[in-house]
Amino acid sequence: MSDLALSHAAALPAPAADRAGTGEALAAWLLSLPAIIAFVVMLLLPTAAVVAIAFTDYELGARSLRFVGLANFAELLEDRGFVTSFRNTAFFVAVTTPVSLFGGLGLAMLIEGGTRGRAVFRAVFFLPVVSLMVAMATAFQYMFHPTIGPVNAVLRTLGLVGPNWLGSSDSVMWTLAIIGIWEQIGFNMVLFLAGLTAIPRDLYAAAEIDGVRSAWSRFVTVTWPLLGPTTLFVLTITMIRSLRVFEIVATLTQGGPNKASEVLLYTMYSEAFTFFRMGYSAAITVVFLIAVVVLMLLQTRLLDRRVHYG
Amino acid sequence: MKPRTVHDKSLIADLPRLALLSLLGILFLMPYLWMISVSLKPMDEVWRASMSLIPENFAIAKNYGRVFREVPIGRYLLNGVIVCFGILAFQLAFAIPAGYALAKLRFRGRDTLFVFVMLGLLIPAHVPAIPLYIGLAQTGLLNSYAALIAPSTISVFAIFMFRQFFRAMPDELIQAARMDGLGEWSIVWRIVLPNAWPAATAFAIFSVVAHWNDLFWPLIAVSGKGELATPALGVIYFRTEEAGDDFGALMAAATLTTIPLVAAFLFAQRRFVEGITMTGLKG
Repeated sequence: MSDLALSHAAALPAPAADRAGTGEALAAWLLSLPAIIAFVVMLLLPTAAVVAIAFTDYELGARSLRFVGLANFAELLEDRGFVTSFRNTAFFVAVTTPVSLFGGLGLAMLIEGGTRGRAVFRAVFFLPVVSLMVAMATAFQYMFHPTIGPVNAVLRTLGLVGPNWLGSSDSVMWTLAIIGIWEQIGFNMVLFLAGLTAIPRDLYAAAEIDGVRSAWSRFVTVTWPLLGPTTLFVLTITMIRSLRVFEIVATLTQGGPNKASEVLLYTMYSEAFTFFRMGYSAAITVVFLIAVVVLMLLQTRLLDRRVHYG
Repeated sequence: MKPRTVHDKSLIADLPRLALLSLLGILFLMPYLWMISVSLKPMDEVWRASMSLIPENFAIAKNYGRVFREVPIGRYLLNGVIVCFGILAFQLAFAIPAGYALAKLRFRGRDTLFVFVMLGLLIPAHVPAIPLYIGLAQTGLLNSYAALIAPSTISVFAIFMFRQFFRAMPDELIQAARMDGLGEWSIVWRIVLPNAWPAATAFAIFSVVAHWNDLFWPLIAVSGKGELATPALGVIYFRTEEAGDDFGALMAAATLTTIPLVAAFLFAQRRFVEGITMTGLKG
């Protein structure tokens, strides 16, 4: 970027460039000023503050606060609630990510496999992305109701006894993961559809000449390798989206039963805004932030390499 | 699409694929179908573990009537509109000039500014929530539209996106405008913005979808009886405080709050898909 600026400046006679430069710089700062102020007030300072608060024992309403160093983080490690919450979040990410990734890929391949009904199917599977998740979650609550829900009714006709989906601590995270998959699969499908259309048609023709006949070997030799960057991208994006699971937990289970569905953001929310333990909750926020940043950096690293490679 | 007509299968050969997709599609639409079905059923049918989607007796008036009587649903929807468009207006007003400056103007500190934009992209909106809550509480601004809107006024992603978009704009266009005596401020709103509609529309869709559906921040910023509740918060209130086991009414409320965006999506599918994928990439 700086090279560009240099070559531009060099092209102009020096004094004129200087004058234009100051005027331009002033205009640039003035144009950016509202954004800079909002950025500092709404994002930069609060983020710095949350990190600072994580090292204190601040409680809302308390008159004073004390610097406690790493005590909050030490407490996190010993807090059964937090450990459960961390494990549940990891479970949710570990289940929803692969299923919605390969499910999205499968749907995209199916839709691309012919010309009929593309727009309709695309719309059907994309629908959850624009739906009010709180409302859809209540619909799922009815679907999974142990006695009057249609899911268990179907199982009964098959002679099976369905679990108490959201009500038992053994199955609650699985149920939430199913809803999470439903929510994410269409978004991944669209990303894969974009990736598929970017593959040049002649590569398939070339592969055919080289003796690649079956659909599966076509997929393995051409489609899958060329979808590499898309797949990595979908992988990290899905992991980050899953890490942020909140709406369905807040609507359906509030972390219950017996903390079996506590997840990072919900624990952070309830520590801060139900128990007002701001310092402790800030520490959870820091853990959450670190997880997101690690995933994002991983993505840029891996994607960069893939793009250069390709 | 055209070059592929050669590979078009006959309908019969295509049937397995269509059947599989239809089956999955119906499975996928089940929550919607049940939501609407239950919202039409009387209480006794809801509590009968039947699998029929079509009610024997309709209780539309009862279920929806209860929602309209007990829940200011119109108010919630209006709040959703006010909050979403308030947020969007600020986001665009802040991000477009900044994106233009970063893309097209030369000044010292530009690279530093851009580094901050990239840093900002790493921070999810949930992170600054606690300090923002404390700040709003101390200034007495909680439970106001300002509290719902202010934290989202800045979208670092919008700045990034508009910068990328404006970089592709020809410099000659801007030079010509300068020759005509336009200042930078007028250039932004009269030359750059009219050319930025595709990016602005894409971002608008992403932003409205995200904030219409958001529960996290409204849950923090608004409390009490819900004069200011957004649709998501409204459903939560009704669910926990009024509806009890009245699934019919609850599903009626869920249907009413889901419809606006879903209808908009069905009207302008292509735009929605493009808008959300182009911008939703942020994750």
